[in-house]
Amino acid sequence: MTDAAIPANVLGTLAAKFRTCPATGLKVDLAAERLIKANAVAAVVFLMIGGIFGLLVALTRWPAVHLLSSDMFYLVLTAHGLDVLLLWIIFFEIAILYFASAIILSSRIAAPRWGWVAFALMIIGGVMTNIAVLQGDSSVMFTSYPPLKAQPHFYLGLILFAVGALIGCFIFLGTLVIAKEERTYEGSIPLVTFGALTACIIAVFTIASGAIILIPTFLWSVGYISHIDTLTYKLVWWGMGHSSQQINVSAHVAIWYLIGAVTVGAKPLSEKVSRGAFLLYIFFLQLASAHHLLVEPGLSSEWKIVNTSYMMYLAVLGSMVHGMTVPGSIEAAQRKNGYTHGVFEWLRKAPWGNPAFAGMFLSLVMFGFLGGISGVILGTEQLNIMMHNTIYVPGHFHATVVTGTTLAFMAVTYLVVPLIFQRQIIWPKLARLQPYLFGLGAAGISVFMMGAGTLGVARRHWDITFPASDVMLPHGYPPMASLMMGLNGLSAILAATGGALYIAITVGSILFGKKVDASNAAASLGPMPKKIVRDAVTKYGDAGTWHLPGTYVLVALFFTTFVLYYFVNWKYLSELWPMQ
Amino acid sequence: MADEPRTESALPLERIPFMQRLLDNPFMLLFIGVVVPTVVYILWGVMEITQIPLAK
Ligand code: HEM
Ligand SMILES: [Cu+2]
Repeated sequence: MTDAAIPANVLGTLAAKFRTCPATGLKVDLAAERLIKANAVAAVVFLMIGGIFGLLVALTRWPAVHLLSSDMFYLVLTAHGLDVLLLWIIFFEIAILYFASAIILSSRIAAPRWGWVAFALMIIGGVMTNIAVLQGDSSVMFTSYPPLKAQPHFYLGLILFAVGALIGCFIFLGTLVIAKEERTYEGSIPLVTFGALTACIIAVFTIASGAIILIPTFLWSVGYISHIDTLTYKLVWWGMGHSSQQINVSAHVAIWYLIGAVTVGAKPLSEKVSRGAFLLYIFFLQLASAHHLLVEPGLSSEWKIVNTSYMMYLAVLGSMVHGMTVPGSIEAAQRKNGYTHGVFEWLRKAPWGNPAFAGMFLSLVMFGFLGGISGVILGTEQLNIMMHNTIYVPGHFHATVVTGTTLAFMAVTYLVVPLIFQRQIIWPKLARLQPYLFGLGAAGISVFMMGAGTLGVARRHWDITFPASDVMLPHGYPPMASLMMGLNGLSAILAATGGALYIAITVGSILFGKKVDASNAAASLGPMPKKIVRDAVTKYGDAGTWHLPGTYVLVALFFTTFVLYYFVNWKYLSELWPMQ
Repeated sequence: MADEPRTESALPLERIPFMQRLLDNPFMLLFIGVVVPTVVYILWGVMEITQIPLAK
């Protein structure tokens, strides 16, 4: 291609400006860097807002505290779901897409101006929907099932946000094309970028489903359409609502690989196996959307079972592969780093004092043990009926999306701040503590909500005491349920403290952190056994060993837990309807 | 391939395995990742919903 023949303003970025990263030696496109910064900051702001709402929700569901009035409760619950699940996560994911393409591939980013258009649309949309919710007439939960009707700008904001995110996906794909054409890398894209590609592909389906259903719903709220079929709405909406969780899974798995590579020099055990696992996601993960419709009478068992059992298990297989290869690649690297004693020296002597590593490993373990196992239970048609619409469901997805995704994103922030914002982390001692604090709190809300759900406590319910003065049919849950909701409240305070600390550290570091330069670049990434952070991330290649005794023990532990818990639930089910 | 033995030594024209070509082709993956759920989840689901008889 003759670059000189094309006027610079057509492609915008032919004259892209780069700097060289002092820690990794990678070429960093400054336009990409600015976009990453903007999206990451927006993400953190919405996490803060949404986190406060989450705390208020949890304090209301704590029977002894019962903080908010019922109207406020549903308003705040709607805002909580929206701000954390959509805005925090997706802004951060757009930052990850730009990072995994332009930065890791040392390429210029495609169409940075469109990146700003996307950013503006997402901000305008996010703020608009928030305003609609806070005005009080749109407390429809973030799922907005008709016939509940929100204000038109609630849907319009979501649509604008989705269009912005879709543009971000295409910028990612465009950057892959540019990097290939301009030969900024050799052979196949690195695994982290491949994981981001998986996230991007799922995002395209997700956003398309969202647009297909939200546009008519918007027209219905304005009055142009008289009727939205509720079951069709649920079907298509969950094509977005569930698939978007799979964007998260793909993105945070990519982050696990990234952090492992940077902090201990982990290389994938097998590129083929890990890519194959991502491929399973691309094929099957989105079909599991059907688990949200398992009790709908209008859909056949064939449709439910094909989509949730057969296909979902193939996607779960993908997750279990990552669940083994991520710790496996860390073990392989740590053994190379010299920690070869016994079964677990590699793990004991891992850089636990580095918040990026600690957050990543906690995210990995808790996503698998808490989120993964409970997800399979909920996705099994027969077992689902015991927990459907109980608070077990939020318990499960706080394990996936909070202890899994959110914690992984927090962890990677401790690398993004020095690498992209070029600032050192302020308060390194508190930063070391932060992943543990937040992880513990988040694990608590997950486990205790699951506990209460097992006892039948409903989700999205303002009150669980049902006093005889208020209701026609008084109902009491076992006292254990109130205890669980109280422990959930306490855990929420812990998680909120950890979250607040994360926000204070991130914002403080960006504003007041010491500048990172060549003299302190490697040290700014926190303690780690290896100081060369580039190759394991940017190069294709296997670790070349399968001698991983520690990982095999962890995997065996996982399967034992899984099998036991699975059968315990079948036992519960058999007691629900005794056969005589 | 067997029918072109001479090119083998001159150029590294090894036949790239199918899986690798698939994994290296983002747009093919995008196509699959959109079509599979659209057919198996959305279209099949919508077909079933449209077959539910209306109450009178
Ligand atoms: C301080 C941290 C957090 C606390 C204390 C918290 C607490 C809660 C509680 C108690 C509920 C209500 C369950 C119900 O009544 O049905 C809830 C719902 C929810 N949370 Fe969180 N959460 C936190 C963080 C997050 C994060 C980071 C995410 C997403 C990334 C998230 C996503 C959601 C979603 C999607 C809902 C469901 C809303 C609905 O049913 O419409 N939460 N949360
Ligand atoms: Cu789901």
